[in-house]
Amino acid sequence: MSSFWHEFVSLDLPPILTALFSSLSCALIGNYLVLRRQSLMGDAISHAVLPGIVLAFLISGTRSSFAVFIGASIAGICSALLIEVIRKIGQVETGASMGVVFSIFFALGVLLMEQAAANNIDLDADCLLHGQLETIFWLPPQNVFEILRLSTLSQLPNEVFVSVAVFVFISIFIILFYKELKLFSFDEALAKTLGFNPSVLYYVFISLTAFSVVAAFKAVGSILVIAMIICPATTARLFTDKLKTQILLSMFFTIIATIAGYVCGAFMPIWLGFENSINTAGMISVISGLLLLMSVFLAPRYGILAQKISRHRLQLQVIREDILGLIYRVEETKKGITKDEIVKTLRKFSSDYFIKNAYSSLLKNGLISERNDTVILTEAGNIGAVPLLRKHRLWETYLVNRVGLNPDHVHNTAEALEHYTDQELTEKLQERVKNPETDPHGKKIP
Amino acid sequence: MIHPPIPAKQSDSSLSKYPEHSATNPLSVHAMTVAYHQKPVLWDIDYDAPLGSLIAIVGPNGAGKTTFMKACLEIIPVASGTIEFWGAPYAKGRARIGYVPQRESVDWDFPISALEVVTMGRYGKLGWFRRVKKEDRDLAFKFLDDVGLADFASRQINQLSGGQQQRVFLARALAQEAELYFMDEPFAGVDAATERAIIEILQKLKNHGKTVICVHHDLTTVPEYFDNVMLLNTRVIAAGSVKEVFTQENLKKTYGGKLTLLDEVSEAIAKAKGS
Amino acid sequence: MNDAAQSLTDVSFQMPSLHEVIKVLTLQAGYNSALVIGGTTMLGLAAGIVGTFTLLRKRALMSDALAHCSLPGLVLAFIFSFFLNLNEKNIYVLLLGASLSGIIGVYLIDQLVRHTRVKEDAAIGVVLSVFFGAGISLLSIVQSLNTGRAGGINHFIYGQTAAMNQHDAVLTLIVTLLTLVAAILLLKEFRLVCFDSEFATVQGWNVQRIDLIMMLLVIVTTMIGLQAVGIILIIALIVIPPTAARFWSEKFDRITIISGSFGALSCYFGATLSTLFPRMPAGSVIVLTAGLFFVISFLFAPERGVFATSMRFLHLRTRISIDHFLRSIFEQIELKFGAKEDSYELSKTEVNSAAPKQFFLRKLVFILLAKNKFLTKNNNDYILTVKGFKRAYELTRNHRLWEEYLTQYGDIATSHVDYSADMVEHVLSHEIVKQIEDSLRAKGKIPRALPQSLHPLRET
Repeated sequence: MSSFWHEFVSLDLPPILTALFSSLSCALIGNYLVLRRQSLMGDAISHAVLPGIVLAFLISGTRSSFAVFIGASIAGICSALLIEVIRKIGQVETGASMGVVFSIFFALGVLLMEQAAANNIDLDADCLLHGQLETIFWLPPQNVFEILRLSTLSQLPNEVFVSVAVFVFISIFIILFYKELKLFSFDEALAKTLGFNPSVLYYVFISLTAFSVVAAFKAVGSILVIAMIICPATTARLFTDKLKTQILLSMFFTIIATIAGYVCGAFMPIWLGFENSINTAGMISVISGLLLLMSVFLAPRYGILAQKISRHRLQLQVIREDILGLIYRVEETKKGITKDEIVKTLRKFSSDYFIKNAYSSLLKNGLISERNDTVILTEAGNIGAVPLLRKHRLWETYLVNRVGLNPDHVHNTAEALEHYTDQELTEKLQERVKNPETDPHGKKIP
Repeated sequence: MIHPPIPAKQSDSSLSKYPEHSATNPLSVHAMTVAYHQKPVLWDIDYDAPLGSLIAIVGPNGAGKTTFMKACLEIIPVASGTIEFWGAPYAKGRARIGYVPQRESVDWDFPISALEVVTMGRYGKLGWFRRVKKEDRDLAFKFLDDVGLADFASRQINQLSGGQQQRVFLARALAQEAELYFMDEPFAGVDAATERAIIEILQKLKNHGKTVICVHHDLTTVPEYFDNVMLLNTRVIAAGSVKEVFTQENLKKTYGGKLTLLDEVSEAIAKAKGS
Repeated sequence: MNDAAQSLTDVSFQMPSLHEVIKVLTLQAGYNSALVIGGTTMLGLAAGIVGTFTLLRKRALMSDALAHCSLPGLVLAFIFSFFLNLNEKNIYVLLLGASLSGIIGVYLIDQLVRHTRVKEDAAIGVVLSVFFGAGISLLSIVQSLNTGRAGGINHFIYGQTAAMNQHDAVLTLIVTLLTLVAAILLLKEFRLVCFDSEFATVQGWNVQRIDLIMMLLVIVTTMIGLQAVGIILIIALIVIPPTAARFWSEKFDRITIISGSFGALSCYFGATLSTLFPRMPAGSVIVLTAGLFFVISFLFAPERGVFATSMRFLHLRTRISIDHFLRSIFEQIELKFGAKEDSYELSKTEVNSAAPKQFFLRKLVFILLAKNKFLTKNNNDYILTVKGFKRAYELTRNHRLWEEYLTQYGDIATSHVDYSADMVEHVLSHEIVKQIEDSLRAKGKIPRALPQSLHPLRET
């Protein structure tokens, strides 16, 4: 057990921390990019940093992360500027402009890399895509209690510090400029009229994007960077309409995706008896995608399932009310109606499935009962039907008197409206039509 | 204003007396309801367009004028109701219908010349794979000339003024050689010269017995330009000849005060269905 | 290649002789190099043509998504072949897998946009990154399978043009021919849908079917291109040539042809360069050649290039400044002497206040005024010539007519007129001016002489 912990702390904890904080930075920025419909900017920048990295290597001759950071940042910001320039001056659509710039940059990077290979500088474009999470490790801690000692902590790998620092920096920036950024991503024109210069804000923001991408990609790879910019924010957006909640939720999803993804990539295959682990950066992006997929179906309000269920429930409710209304109308004329007749009458509004379901639920709840062949309203059913009929006939009156529709076909419209009319609206309605006794067809309004 | 001679078809009094039962009505809409994102924007529309007339659809912003047009042309789906062209469904009448969309609906930076846009009006008649022939191009040029843009035939559409762009769209619709035209705000943002040119063309169409339905926003010119009007605000307030229907009272009904209750119930429906 | 003896700065290589260059360019440098150059050139042609349609349909990034999404399918197909003991490099199986997962990805993007509140850019990004991430993870499994041939699949990410064999070349030829036939037969349909899909619907076209054909062309081209330039760079072949071509023409068919040529030429030169020089991965060189076409087009294309448009803009700007200058001089003269045709001596302050403030523009204006003999310099004083006066009179007249016209006909407040008059006046032809005059005269609004300015004139 202790050897497991030791291994975990030295081999797994550093990559997890790096992945986590890099992803959190990306997700924070991503919230704004997604809102501004510029999410592919992260994609473009993360590809465009390659020539900057290679040049930094070639010029400085070292692999120092500082040089790489500077080189990549310059390339990233340059690409973002170029995309804007080509879009504006060349009147090129944003997507095309991005495609042009990042592919040229990336190609340049690959070419430079080949040239560098000749100089014994061994760079691998794969690292850029896959990330190097697996190569981050931490040797010092001998046991669990030593972990928190300052001297041990200071020997944590560089990548961990960089990712934490960038995360802190971006968080502070967002907290300080929360209001401005919100305005900026919501309504650029308004920001302008309020005296903010949107293009300055744009470039600051784009630099920040480049910054977080650069800080993250070296450890986690460009694919994870893109996934983390877009997925958590998009997922969070399915849950809420509030920016603050969205940001917090996106961070929550990032944490889950990172940890679950790491576990799936690093441990799962070995637990399952395979020899090698799977690329963790790839797994993290897959998990974040799965989280989104789940949310698409399961999110409480905007989820497909929730909408399906509520629509189903709504339709059942509508049919239930229609059945009550139908029986009431028939009973008004002192006649009776059979179950088959009900199904037949309502078939043009809904499927048999809904009608039968609604019918049996009414029966079960004691709103209707069957006597021989005919279906009658119980006392409770009667109480339920009266307000419905009232709404229906009030709407008919309104549509004829106030809207000026032909009395011949207000029935269907009123039929549609009555189900969505609450108490308040009913009161307004009866006020507007001045409390009539009968509807346009001469029927009594109950 | 002087009304041009009524085309022979319309003088058949039995037809004009009962327009709603006539198969020759270019457009008859019955109980049409349209919802956008679950929210109903058009309620229970009944309308019969009389043959051979210029019809204005008038109403405040958000009244559903464009929606009405698009629903007729099956660009957006209707929730309920029927729409018939010459007594038959849309698919059958399609070849006889011309359309002028709003100018903002396309990218005017698109690499295409004025003549080519007009030639598009002929594509429907050409069908799959068939290439544009010289006759089509000549015909397109003739229509471009009709709207006074013969000199601009080879200009890229971006280099035309707003009014000229609108005229190119009109020429494209003319090239469809239709009998019924739908035009969405053909007079929006155009210069006086274009406005005059357009109205001359509309008159000419009418004299040839064609029917034109225009979404129109300038109330002052309705009596001068059109002979029929449909006042629309989520539902038809009034429809008929300009003389009878285009009254102060009807306009007040159309523009003054929305029907708040319909709005409220629309909201309620949208909320119930949306979430 | 990794010769340790080479110093850090030594990137020397043998410069190929002219003879060698010509041999490669004319496809006579051996069967393999001819195959590679010919094959990629065809690919470039097809991609350039297909790219035009996607660019103008505003779906430029779709092929990027498609390419990235193809990775997991590709790797799965590879694993599948491995376990079934098929030849792992069977290109049909691999491309089938790649196409399938690419199509699934694009379908998911479409569904996300349609059924959820996820916007298109986010949907593309999500699907692209998740699929590619899955592909990378699967790839790490392949590497642990110890097939020894896992490298074969890595080529698809960065592309390996040199690996192109006869089989691939034939496949590319078929796809290129298919694209050409589709482009010729369906040019009309593509143009219609790209420009105004709603109108196409009204005309009775099945827009979805036309889009589907377009998408299929993108799919086959992307898949064929995967091997040559790789997943990440295939987007370049589909986006760069048409975007560059767009600067050269305003005609749909011409752009298609130019774009196809750009694509073909970039591939031809790129592949040649890569054959002639060491350490030049073909995919990157091809993309960079295409990039060169783009930069040249962006800067120098006569139609929409940066230089051409900025020259046009400068021209307009100077003309407007000259017009402004003459008009404001005229107004001063009118105030002092009435509008009599003559030459006038102008004080330095008068001239200075009328000229534009920006240094460069100001110089240009004076040069052009002198060149047109509107303004001559006499020692320290300026003289407005009779010719200059006539021009100034004409400009002022046009301007006021226009102002008058707008206040009469347009619903524009008087205070706003000057601004819009200045903008439009410069595009008014004599013919239109006459038309305005006529219409004003008919209403008795036009004075015989110069119309009065609507603004009170101030002395400077």
